Amino acid sequence: MTSTGAMESIRPRISFYEDHGKYRGILSWILTLDHKRIGLLYFIFVMAFFFSGVVLGFFMRLQMLAPGTIMKPQTYNSLFTLHGIIMIFLVVIPAIPTIFGNFFLPIQIGARDVAFPRINLLSWWLYITGAIIVVISVFTGGGPPDTGWTFYAPYSLRTTVNVPLAVFGVFILGMSSILTGINLVTTTHRLRAPGMTWNRLPLFVWAIYSTSWVQILVTPVIGITLILIIMERFFGVGVFDPAKGGDPILYQHMFWIYSHPATYIMILPAMGVISDVVPVFARKRIFGYMAIAISGVAIAAVGSLVWGHHMFVSGQSDFADILFSLLTFLVAIPSAIKVFNWVATLYKGSIVIEPPLLFCLAFIFLFSIGGLTGLIQGALAPNMHLHDTYWIPGHFHYIIFGGMGFGLFAAFHYWFPKMFGRMYNRKMAMRAWAVMLVGFNIFYFSMLLLGWEGMPRRYYDYLPQFRSLHLTATFGSWILIAGLILMFANLFRGLFKGEKAEDNPWGGATLEWQIPSPPPTENFEKIPGIRHGPHDFKELENNG
Amino acid sequence: MIFSAATGISGRVVDNVFLYIVTICIILLALITFLMVYFVVRYRREKHPTPVDIEGSTWLEITWTVIPTLIVLSMFYYGLTGFEFLKKVPPGAMTVKVIARQWSWLFQYENGIQDPELRVPVGMPIKLLLTSQDVIHGFYIPAFRIKQDVVPGMTNYLWFQPTQLGTFDVMCSQYCGLEHSHMLTKIVVLPEEEFTKWYQGKKKEVAAKAPPPGLQLYQVKGCVACHSTDGSPRVGPTFKGLLGKKEEVTTGGKKETAVVDEAFIREFISEPNVVHIEGYPPIMPKISMTNEELTALVDYIKSLR
Repeated sequence: MTSTGAMESIRPRISFYEDHGKYRGILSWILTLDHKRIGLLYFIFVMAFFFSGVVLGFFMRLQMLAPGTIMKPQTYNSLFTLHGIIMIFLVVIPAIPTIFGNFFLPIQIGARDVAFPRINLLSWWLYITGAIIVVISVFTGGGPPDTGWTFYAPYSLRTTVNVPLAVFGVFILGMSSILTGINLVTTTHRLRAPGMTWNRLPLFVWAIYSTSWVQILVTPVIGITLILIIMERFFGVGVFDPAKGGDPILYQHMFWIYSHPATYIMILPAMGVISDVVPVFARKRIFGYMAIAISGVAIAAVGSLVWGHHMFVSGQSDFADILFSLLTFLVAIPSAIKVFNWVATLYKGSIVIEPPLLFCLAFIFLFSIGGLTGLIQGALAPNMHLHDTYWIPGHFHYIIFGGMGFGLFAAFHYWFPKMFGRMYNRKMAMRAWAVMLVGFNIFYFSMLLLGWEGMPRRYYDYLPQFRSLHLTATFGSWILIAGLILMFANLFRGLFKGEKAEDNPWGGATLEWQIPSPPPTENFEKIPGIRHGPHDFKELENNG
Repeated sequence: MIFSAATGISGRVVDNVFLYIVTICIILLALITFLMVYFVVRYRREKHPTPVDIEGSTWLEITWTVIPTLIVLSMFYYGLTGFEFLKKVPPGAMTVKVIARQWSWLFQYENGIQDPELRVPVGMPIKLLLTSQDVIHGFYIPAFRIKQDVVPGMTNYLWFQPTQLGTFDVMCSQYCGLEHSHMLTKIVVLPEEEFTKWYQGKKKEVAAKAPPPGLQLYQVKGCVACHSTDGSPRVGPTFKGLLGKKEEVTTGGKKETAVVDEAFIREFISEPNVVHIEGYPPIMPKISMTNEELTALVDYIKSLR
């Protein structure tokens, strides 16, 4: 892949779009080894699945307008299962590491590509294979899975629908996730440009690095668990089914040993985006660089030990309940530290209000609500009431959609000019932001209230006392979707009709802003030498 | 009214912890949001063209690590004391066995009586022993602010003490399949004398050893969850006019038309889903019944013309 500096200086600097490599047409994409092209491949598919997930969610909310008239119970049960599987495994877990990690991590550390470009392509192919298997499971066999995305045994062992195939698809997706993790960890260790010391790394790189470790360490556990489900269904191995001497609580432990850290796989990269973007628009360095970097690693470490809080009412021992509750409260601390540092970064800045910053501010607000509601349900006594109610989806949508989702949108708006060389309409982006923020809160705050009122999750029908809140939530979901449409329409328009973007429209100090938009193949003519941190802006230098 | 009031001692305990934590959370959220918005407005480019270079502050980092740690530890501790109370069954509690199955509840009292609704005397602590016959369910009484999963192969427990008369919803909180949303029942809190009257009266019925009438079996065995008796559609076929009906069935891949007679019903209950009936999902659970019970139930179905 690498060529000598002398040769490169003669070669014209064309963007990675124009340099199609060995192949032409579609092959130049699906067989590419270029980290930026692979990032865009993920981008297309993650977005496609995001839209299908939103459509499924839209219909779930529609059902709550008039239960019993819009769809059959089985249809609703499949809808929330597919919404969960698609959003979690195909969108939220891969989104930021695969799209932006692939595209920007190598550039941000001054590398020409990831450490293993071929494995990178393999990861994408595994992702697509897993996704296709999940999609096939919807249309074949006994029909789409109806177990919830958690596949709890023994129900998942007994239902007649197409669980094994869906589970196998998720297993393949796990392999993709592990390989991407290994690739990005190795890249961060081995391919940093001279002078790119650990305390000069952009915080986005720190975040992706911590996330990748979690992916490598915990994803095998879900792989084993899912394979055991398949073995149990086909060969009657009684690991989880009490009728065969198995233990359904063991299933829950194994599932959450992965799936709780997975929520940090989702949120950490978004936190990295926020830590990178806020300083650019405050025009000053991040407040407490090391505190943010280390708190990310702490979240990854402690977050791997709190899975039992998903099982407070399962019948695990009281001692386990108490221990997991304590650890859950402790993992709140590094998240709080990050929030405080982001807010402190704004202090005495010279703040430019642009769409990426607005999405960051929304992230901080929504993520705070998500984190604080987490404290409420993490306490043992209130959990007895809130567990398995609408409170829980309310809480995790604040974290995953309000946090990870808005972090992802911040990343879109921040890196869009770099990735595509064009700029979207900034005014329109701000309008979309406002609509989404309003719709989001009407929607998910109603869910929190429904949960407190005692509305259980995964009901296709409800008792009359819940009606007004359900209507409010559905109303909010429409506003939110309207905002999403506005935002994507604006980005889409910018993609084709936007004005040409400058190389560094935001005045960023990290390496991706020092190369052309869109970047050339292999990013750098000469590997840069690094002499300062990620947020040393011109204004600061001029200031003395 | 938007906010339903809590009842029972457990309701008060949970609400107190909840209010404590929520209050702190609202203060923290207000603080974070206010500072964020204030800084953005105060230090916007037009007002504040030159940023001030601040690397951070060890002192501040320590402050906002230590204080939140103390706050969350107090939350943990408060939650823990509530939890210990909610888990510790007081002596002298009345024990009721709860049987969960797809998709209905059954309550068995110590004197042998069974009922699909839970009747309890006011003021008496009640200990529920939770068992499941098939998949995981969740026993949830929102008004009392408590729930516990009902796991097959395990006996979990839950206790509560009603402090006021009334009827309270019980819901299944752990997703258990098709009719999860309708796995509902009620807790009826009665004055002590009224409860005793009902409890003794029921006991006499049981003591008389009369073969349980079909209607009672229909409720106790959980048929009610999926089969109506008035012709209205539910997951399974209605019992009204079931006998003698013609159904398209598949047995081992062979399609045919079968007449639903006594033998057909007996066979289907003993070995469900061996025969697949067109138009209904193959999800009939296996329910253990004695020969006498089967006869009583079929007689009951016969009577529903």
